[in-house]
Amino acid sequence: MEVKYLTEFYHLDEFRFLDGYKKHGGYVQLDKALKMQPQQIIDEVKASGLRGRGGAGFSTGMKWSFLPKNNEPRYLVCNADEGEPGTFKDRLMMERAPHQLIEGMIISSFAVGSKKSYIYVRGEYDFPIKVLEQAIEEAYKAGYLGKNILGSGFDHDMDVYRGAGAYICGEETGLISSLEGSKGQPKLKPPFPAVQGYLRKPTIVNNVETLAAVKYIIRDGAQGYRKYGTEKAAGTKLFSLSGNVKTPGNYEVPLGYPLMDLIMKEGGGMKPGRKLKAVIPGGSSAPVLTAEEVAKATLDYECLAGLGTMLGSGAVIVIDDSQCMVDMLGVLMHFYHHESCGQCTPCREGTGWLNKIVHSILEGRGRLQDIDLLIKVADNMKGRTICALSDAAALPVLSFVSKFRDEFEFYVREGRSKVRGNFYAQMHH
Amino acid sequence: MLETNKESFTLSPEGLAEIQKELKRYETKESAIIPALYVAQRENKGFITTDIIHYLSKIMDIPASRINEVFKFYTMFNQKPVGKYHVQVCTNISCALEGGRELADHICHELGVKYDEVTSDGRFSVSRVECLGSCGTAPMMQVNEKYIEKLTPESAMNILRGMK
Repeated sequence: MEVKYLTEFYHLDEFRFLDGYKKHGGYVQLDKALKMQPQQIIDEVKASGLRGRGGAGFSTGMKWSFLPKNNEPRYLVCNADEGEPGTFKDRLMMERAPHQLIEGMIISSFAVGSKKSYIYVRGEYDFPIKVLEQAIEEAYKAGYLGKNILGSGFDHDMDVYRGAGAYICGEETGLISSLEGSKGQPKLKPPFPAVQGYLRKPTIVNNVETLAAVKYIIRDGAQGYRKYGTEKAAGTKLFSLSGNVKTPGNYEVPLGYPLMDLIMKEGGGMKPGRKLKAVIPGGSSAPVLTAEEVAKATLDYECLAGLGTMLGSGAVIVIDDSQCMVDMLGVLMHFYHHESCGQCTPCREGTGWLNKIVHSILEGRGRLQDIDLLIKVADNMKGRTICALSDAAALPVLSFVSKFRDEFEFYVREGRSKVRGNFYAQMHH
Repeated sequence: MLETNKESFTLSPEGLAEIQKELKRYETKESAIIPALYVAQRENKGFITTDIIHYLSKIMDIPASRINEVFKFYTMFNQKPVGKYHVQVCTNISCALEGGRELADHICHELGVKYDEVTSDGRFSVSRVECLGSCGTAPMMQVNEKYIEKLTPESAMNILRGMK
């Protein structure tokens, strides 16, 4: 069942503004946090089990602990470059509750000792950017940002940076390159951003939902936060449900919630006369699950990893039996080819080849050996590049081809889709 | 090849002031390249030319090649003219599952234009784009800055025809 923990007041328009936000407990936790020791906050976040909500699922408290123990200036950057296909939860959080994010960011900045933070928002999010800028202005006026916040002696400045359309900027080192005014090309790790990030200074990059959750860990304590979720996947999470379901949307559920329930209960189930065929459970980079696998899946890091896929950003993309899997892989490969930043040969060339091979099948020019060629190219792209985009392109290929091989073979043999016939020829290209 | 302006490009005093402010806003002035490109694009009817790159280079004191590589990397900077209403239809997976590609085709057909071209009256251009984070309200289009969601081919055309 849906749990409104982070999203409790999202239905109220006033929650978007400072007065309304304060009416519902806003900035009370900031005051509490500023009276704690920074290390105490880090320990509490670590004990809460909070893991990065952007995709990688890494322990937030652990990430913070990687910062050098000195007085070197450091930055906190909120990753709001939400671009993983199927994901639209951060947009909701920024539009409905900008102060929730800002409060979480001030508390987090105090914990890690950052005097300056940025919210890097994807350029297309014009409305969320306006909402955030207005909220930051309100927070400055009320003394939650700027010098000597609430008399604590802690100074903090916050600004929004607008991206300009590049999926790769969601990768934390690509984001930092972009924030520095360059092409958004990722950098080799190590050094990790916590040691050398923005302008080569220690930098913590966290997702919107992660930072918004910090306030609730202060409010309820690490143990209170663990009320929801599983031992290794604590708390609630927003899932962006899209595709062929009756009622798509963002739903907050405890981690460990059954995937099938999210689709059938929150999502209202399949459309009339349609059957569930497949689900991509964690954004387009996550390997696809068959309907049989979906029945066994719970929405937590461990269960999905056990099924060979991942929780990722929490974007659950539902595919029904009217869809052609060769076609859907074509859509994904076009995307990864378009978004490869071009630095690493396996990714730049590999995504191009994958895109070409899938489309040659879709155009009826495929050969049976092309199916294995897809697997071979994808295998050669894994683990050989600076960032994870190459793997993100390879994994869907391997899962689509291995789990729906009959559709690929049928398409090659007959020159048309097993499910949709000659549909592809009728589309403009 | 990039387009060139017929006359040499200059910004309005407001645009210029905005860029000067951006140059001081961040820790390094290079961080102002993206904001400056936004300002210039807005003042040049939605696209960037070689002249603009050189103009920005001069006023920002940043090499033109440095600005050019940023310009070329990001998809929101247009390399050729767009319509008064630039229609971007998402055709990534969640929208594709709900008819985003058919929607894009329909809009092009109805407006009598090919992808990435401008209608003869200059009002519209249509592009297919990657995920815009509007997957739960698919299919959708972005017209200039505005998201318009939960569309059908008919409702999209009704909305577009109302844009003068």
